[in-house]
Amino acid sequence: MSVAAAFFYLFSAVMIASAFMVIAARNPVHSVLFLILAFVNASGLFILLGAEFLAMILVVVYVGAVAVLFLFVVMMLDVDFAVLKKGMLQYAPVAAIIGVIVVIELALVVGGWTAKPGAAPKAASNLSNTEALGRVLYTQYAYFFQAAGMILLTAMIGAIVLTLHHKPGVKRQVIADQNARDRKEAVELKKVPSRTGI
Amino acid sequence: MDIGLTHYLIVAAILFTTGVAGIIINHKNIIVILMSVEIILLAVNINMVAFSVYLGDLTGQVFSLLILTVAAAEAAIGLAILVTYFRNRGSIDVDDINTMKG
Repeated sequence: MSVAAAFFYLFSAVMIASAFMVIAARNPVHSVLFLILAFVNASGLFILLGAEFLAMILVVVYVGAVAVLFLFVVMMLDVDFAVLKKGMLQYAPVAAIIGVIVVIELALVVGGWTAKPGAAPKAASNLSNTEALGRVLYTQYAYFFQAAGMILLTAMIGAIVLTLHHKPGVKRQVIADQNARDRKEAVELKKVPSRTGI
Repeated sequence: MDIGLTHYLIVAAILFTTGVAGIIINHKNIIVILMSVEIILLAVNINMVAFSVYLGDLTGQVFSLLILTVAAAEAAIGLAILVTYFRNRGSIDVDDINTMKG
């Protein structure tokens, strides 16, 4: 068994085990940490495949952003997770049955799959993966790239609008009101006579 | 034994099934449901990249990148809705989310 095969089995086994722990862990913080482990191992699989750019993106985007977002939300929400976990084992048989059915379906699909004759793999170029991906992404798929940017912008605005809320009773800066003030209403001149107060 | 396309497809299939089973097992806990959706999308990504590499066509990796983008947006929006919901109701039980039922 070659080194690449050994690493394939290592990454796959750890990834599947940690994915199982994500859905089985009692504490959701553990779930998030196992999710991070699964993503790191998937990124190892991508490196084995030769897709280095996606492997790095997976680490940066998923481990660095999405998983941390999950961690923040899990820690921020004060939820009694023991109550949520109560009926968990009740549905385990249903989940097992559906899982077995899905596995059988996927095995039939994978087993019956063959490449179309004549669809020979193209000759590998001597470009690095990142450069080759960039040459395709910024030319042929430029509109898709722009659409992805729009999706991220929409998600950002949506998330801000959904979660931003102002507590009542907190003094806030209103710039329009500030600019609307003039000298007449802001400053009051008092004539103070000598030896008497106002 | 050399590692071929089928190996990656089997791993992705197992991962996909784990995600689907996770949605059913944790049907009350919406945070874990969102994590299961992330696992399912990861399985799809592995399929895309494996096919892309073994067929020598970079399109699969481009679409994998787009799936990653959409998954990140989905997680952000989903968690934002979750935070707002928790702020309003004080619980995240999926069974309670029928306030908008007519």
